[in-house]
Amino acid sequence: MSAPLLAIEGLTKRFGGLTAVKELTMHVEAGSISSLIGPNGAGKSTVFNVITGIYVPTAGDIKLGGASIVGRKPHQVAAAGIMRTFQNIRLFAFMTVLENVMVGEQTRMHATPLDSALRTPRAQREERAVSERALELLDFVGLSAQSEQWARNLPYGMQRRLEIARALAPNPRVLLLDEPAAGANPVEKRELMALVRAIRDRGVTVVLIEHDMKLVMGISDRVTVLDYGEKISEGDPQSVRRDPRVIEAYLGKGA
Amino acid sequence: MDARVRLPLGLGEVAVWQALGLLAIVALFALYPVIDRNIGHVSAVADAGYFLLLVFGLNIVVGFAGLLDLGYAAFFAIGAYTYAMVASTQFNLHLNFWPMLIGSACVAALFGVILGFPTLRLRGDYLAIVTLGFGEIVPQVFLNLDKYTGGPNGISNVDQPVFFGHAFGFNPVPYYYLYLVVALISLVLLNNLRRSRLGRAWMAIREDELAATHMGVNPVTTKLLAFAMGASFAGLAGCIYAAKLTLISPDEFNFSVSVTILSAIVLGGMGSLLGAFIGGLLLALLNFMVLPQVTNWTHALGTALHNEAIQNADLHYIIYGLILVLVMLFRPEGLISNASRRAELHHGQPATSAAAAGVE
Ligand SMILES: Nc1ncnc2c1ncn2[C@@H]1O[C@H](COP(=O)(O)OP(=O)(O)OP(=O)(O)O)[C@@H](O)[C@H]1O
Ligand SMILES: [Mg+2]
Repeated sequence: MSAPLLAIEGLTKRFGGLTAVKELTMHVEAGSISSLIGPNGAGKSTVFNVITGIYVPTAGDIKLGGASIVGRKPHQVAAAGIMRTFQNIRLFAFMTVLENVMVGEQTRMHATPLDSALRTPRAQREERAVSERALELLDFVGLSAQSEQWARNLPYGMQRRLEIARALAPNPRVLLLDEPAAGANPVEKRELMALVRAIRDRGVTVVLIEHDMKLVMGISDRVTVLDYGEKISEGDPQSVRRDPRVIEAYLGKGA
Repeated sequence: MDARVRLPLGLGEVAVWQALGLLAIVALFALYPVIDRNIGHVSAVADAGYFLLLVFGLNIVVGFAGLLDLGYAAFFAIGAYTYAMVASTQFNLHLNFWPMLIGSACVAALFGVILGFPTLRLRGDYLAIVTLGFGEIVPQVFLNLDKYTGGPNGISNVDQPVFFGHAFGFNPVPYYYLYLVVALISLVLLNNLRRSRLGRAWMAIREDELAATHMGVNPVTTKLLAFAMGASFAGLAGCIYAAKLTLISPDEFNFSVSVTILSAIVLGGMGSLLGAFIGGLLLALLNFMVLPQVTNWTHALGTALHNEAIQNADLHYIIYGLILVLVMLFRPEGLISNASRRAELHHGQPATSAAAAGVE
């Protein structure tokens, strides 16, 4: 087996007396869709927040392509190739849909403030290329018609997809999706899962948080189950589904 | 109605009537000193120039980047003192005005970074309080460094500019044109910046700093660039201001200056460049032309009625305050603004994502 693209090794995150994540080890293969599932408060979002540098881990290491990214600031993690969405959508409300995606391309742009102020040919060329690419991504997530609207005016489902387009903008190596299907109806959920597959097919490695187990079974190459911050099961969807510990954790939660 | 034209200098595409309107406005400004031969008026409109530059600069910080700065007049003071100290009898230095125009902007920008640095982790109210403090400290420093700054008397005999052998002297007309040229160049540059990598980074920080950093926006450099560029406009304004007035003192750069600049931005419509221009121009004309006139009228009325109370009444700030209150009551989004912000402020719908606080 080749070395994992993203390796979480013995990760622990404590908030005061609360251990949100405990000695989690999780390997994500390049080109795969991995899911991180678990009941409410299991520590899923905390794992993402530690990966992207909002929190410093209490213990453990996180490696991207073999190099540790622990201690990097969120913008440095983004530059390293890890982009994300948020559980409660965080768009730039008073910017257009297109501008939102173009912000996502920050790390790929080279225009200096002087270039920008003077609109040098170099800056204009880059600006054109970036907006064309952003439009292409909006087309990919089905938002071409909304490109000039304010992000805040989009309906909820579209905001979710815009957040995904924005995260895809710099062509990341890893995309972290935190419950992209939350609040969606069954039809939208199926569409979103198709989108996740299409993203993987573009060559982006996807890590998906979801607490509806059924939803991820169909598309995940590998599933990791968290409960109270601890990994209770891991493997391909079928074996995880049959794991008694998972059934117990999800008992009464519809798994 | 639908015909559109593409403006030069990256100003974008507008409807024909807008382009013609713009042309007419620029022409009006260019010809104003020829049309109105009243030197007092021209001087007042010229003074609107420094005010506009201040509004442009603060609009970067507050409007674009969303960093509430209540001490912006400090940079105006720094620009003015920079020029006054090196181009007056104070040290008998008499450096040339034109390079010092850039020099003052650079010194102010440097202080923008120095004073901005400690505030990087602060947001909203906290940032406002700290910048308020800086705004109070800087004039105090100029007041107390009397060996260099002339203390409470300030610096007088500041050198006036000379342009290819033509001395500006006390004639407001050349200052008027200087401000006009600088303001027009600033507008073009700011308009370019707004729709660029940096402009989007500023707005992203304003809308949601945490999300912005996750999209690769470096919050430190982005904010420091806002402080530095914002301050550089105050530096420019201060330099021309000192040269036109030929004397400056620390009490001209107090809190009320910062607040007036901020109210122009709010009046015009937060974050909008056109709004900053219109808000700045309106408030400047109100302050420099209309309201002094009102005071003259009430004085005359009081004299005619032999009523000392009316004669000495200073209605200036009362009317000024009243106008601000009325605008904010009836048009809280400012004179120029986008439709969605208007909807929010009139109907109280919260923004969907920017309002979300947690990191979950
Ligand atoms: N910044 C923080 N400070 C203190 N406690 C926190 C913080 N962030 C998360 N927690 C706690 O850590 C635990 C795990 O939270 P987390 O948000 O990671 O769960 P989750 O698995 O994403 O849950 P959900 O499915 O509800 O989104 C919870 O008990 C939560 O209250
Ligand atoms: Mg969560």
